[in-house]
Amino acid sequence: MTTWSSPFRLWRHGVLGMNARNVAYISRYNARSRYPLVDDKLKTKLVVRKASVTVPDLLLVIRTQHEIEQIDSVLANYDKFVIKPAQGSGGKGILVIVGREGEYFVKASGAKLTAVDVKRDLSNITSGLYSLGGKPDVAFVESLVVAEKTFEHISYEGVPDIRIIVFKGYPVMGMLRLPTRESDGKANLHQGAVGVGLDIASGRSIAAVQHNRPIFRHPDTGYPLSDIVVPHWRSLMTLASRCYDVTRLGYLGADFVLDAKHGPMLLELNARPGLSIQIANNTGLRPRLKAVEALDELSHFTAEERVDWSIEHFATAAGGQSDFWETASAAETGTVRQHEQEKEEVA
Amino acid sequence: MTQRGPFLFLVALLAAAGIASAVFRNQQYGIPFLPGAQETLWQIEARIDFRASGGPTQALLTLPPEQGGMKIVRENAVSAGYGFAIEERRGQRRAHWSKRYAIGDQTLYYKLELVPSGDDVWGTDAPTGFTPTYFDEPYQTAAATVMTAVLPRSADALTLAQELVREMNVEPQNQNLSLLLDRYSLHTLFTDLLGQAGIPARAVQALVLEDGRRRQPLIDLIQVWQDDHWHLFDPTVGPVTDTSKLLLWQTATPGVLEVIGGTRSRVSFSIISQTRPALTLAVADAREASRFSLYSLPIEEQSMFKLIMLLPVGAFVVVFLRIIVGLKTSGTFMPVLIALAFLQTTLVPGVISFLLVVSIGLLIRSYLSSLNLLLVARIATLVIVVVAIMSVFSVLSYQIGLEEGLTLTFFPMIILAWTIERMSILWEEDGPREVLVQGGGSLLVAVLAYTLMDQELTRHLAFNFPELHLVVLAVILLLGRYTGYRLSELRRFSPLGQ
Repeated sequence: MTTWSSPFRLWRHGVLGMNARNVAYISRYNARSRYPLVDDKLKTKLVVRKASVTVPDLLLVIRTQHEIEQIDSVLANYDKFVIKPAQGSGGKGILVIVGREGEYFVKASGAKLTAVDVKRDLSNITSGLYSLGGKPDVAFVESLVVAEKTFEHISYEGVPDIRIIVFKGYPVMGMLRLPTRESDGKANLHQGAVGVGLDIASGRSIAAVQHNRPIFRHPDTGYPLSDIVVPHWRSLMTLASRCYDVTRLGYLGADFVLDAKHGPMLLELNARPGLSIQIANNTGLRPRLKAVEALDELSHFTAEERVDWSIEHFATAAGGQSDFWETASAAETGTVRQHEQEKEEVA
Repeated sequence: MTQRGPFLFLVALLAAAGIASAVFRNQQYGIPFLPGAQETLWQIEARIDFRASGGPTQALLTLPPEQGGMKIVRENAVSAGYGFAIEERRGQRRAHWSKRYAIGDQTLYYKLELVPSGDDVWGTDAPTGFTPTYFDEPYQTAAATVMTAVLPRSADALTLAQELVREMNVEPQNQNLSLLLDRYSLHTLFTDLLGQAGIPARAVQALVLEDGRRRQPLIDLIQVWQDDHWHLFDPTVGPVTDTSKLLLWQTATPGVLEVIGGTRSRVSFSIISQTRPALTLAVADAREASRFSLYSLPIEEQSMFKLIMLLPVGAFVVVFLRIIVGLKTSGTFMPVLIALAFLQTTLVPGVISFLLVVSIGLLIRSYLSSLNLLLVARIATLVIVVVAIMSVFSVLSYQIGLEEGLTLTFFPMIILAWTIERMSILWEEDGPREVLVQGGGSLLVAVLAYTLMDQELTRHLAFNFPELHLVVLAVILLLGRYTGYRLSELRRFSPLGQ
């Protein structure tokens, strides 16, 4: 496997680069004045409700330092909750508490925190440690999502989430992010989570990567990633598309989780979604963005219509799907066989 | 989004303006494009001695005219108690000293600084009021005979002058010439003979420039007019071809020195040559030409600007490495500030002290994180920690005898404190690997920016041609619209290129 690719090769495969994304899409289609809507998760929560998009329940908002001192009594009511900075980026500062053990709060990883530790995290958030430019921030506590059973075998500790890139209201690419031991239960590809590319038409997995390299099985559970179908797929696409209607951000990343009880819930929106989704889908974004750009502005009015159009145009051919899995599994068995041979030789 | 056309026009305009201005200043003031270009500077001192006879006294010294081969960069007169003025009459500049009452030996100085301009044209002031000369008899006949012999052998003014030189220096001497030379001096005769043939010629005096000479006299030469400028002749030798060491002093008035109210007057010249950076000379020139230049600032502010003007270069390196190469850094322009500090500390001591301060700071920061401090207080604590580390290291290294340790103070302390804070958070959240990636990236960018900023050529151009920053700006603007892949993406997206 080569580790470098020629730029012309990437161009032919329709790969969108960081510079092109910033200049040709983000700065062209995302109005600066709309950024606060997505940069502040609290604002996002409130605005998407207008589009009837479900979000996790908001339990508590902490705006000032002295409010932190008074939260013991409030937190005592909840066993499971998530603390988030309203303006954090890249999952920084998020604290997931999955249960209580006497005095202690138990993190997703099993680590135990005291009330003091939790308060320190809140204090860090409000003093702006995780916000861009160190501005004072707001911390909020929301209810913990109960993961849908479908993903039980293919996630480690945390909750998998689904990222959908929406361009001018049309869903163009989707990806399922699976937490691993390495990513500390976080669905962050950068920290070692697995990215699974999804067919726009069906929500079926078409490829999977970890650290930008193709994989066939989940690294912790060993479960194959080839036959996953994301439930409520059509509904997820429609919700993502509706987020465009309320934010009017042309190039948008919408992150969802599937709650066992409440179904799809929006976690956050991103005005600068990353590009790794292309590697997870084994497909470049550029041709799809061009196709949407070529559309008449007045072609489709509702989210449903846009989703229909996307399904019709961006569906992955069945052949392309199986190709990836065959190569990936062959590569894996190849490695296993090689290991066995090596063992034999040693013996 | 601005249209492509106007944008490219703006970029081209900026770049063209920068380059044009730089070329103009190079041509006009001779500010060299390369550092360290040397130029010879001649310093000439004319000393006038005379005995004043007790009463109003005036001294008039003819001054060198504008001329092709030499450029006068500075002139001044030293003359205690005398009034001084430079006056111009009939194309000839003269220094004029005056005093109401003077008695006894007097000494006046006139100093001149010259640089060779590499130009060979010797004066283009057209001869005025020229009339062909006539001699008294019997000299007129003798002169006519000499010229009748010489004239057929010549084609133009120059060849005629040349033939005349040969005729005059032939042994044994022509009888007609002997007759004439008894009556006239060699130089007068030479000019007059040419004048009779209708060729403008004049007797001039020049100074031979030779380093370290004192009490030099002026030498007599002849100038012959042809093809719109004067050509130098030595009547005893022929045409003067090498004019690079000659300074034409007197062309119009008959005498060089005129003293009224004094006796025993004489003038002598001392000459020394110096090699000076071409820049120093050009700067003096440019400073006089424009008040609105960096050169007009006090020296202290100038040295400040020498550093400030390097900042855009560093910023350019960051833009290039982030947009084209795709390096990750901690803090966008933090590496440039570190690179500026390296300029003062030099590279190796700089890198070592930077790593030392940051790693010790990280150690202390890991303790601070257990103290549950508010962010602002924590950063403030780090600032104090950094100050403490700096002072301890400075004192220690000074005691050990490592002078390099003292340059530690050039690091921007607030930036260091923030760097430590960011690295620490990065360590807690993304692990030590990411700290190495981003910290190493920042250090690499800083070192590359330093390497470029430390080039003699970069420093020279950045300060002496500030307009070139417009070109840098144009390139940065272009990079700002670059939509191609980053070098790092060729690796990142390589699975897609399969």
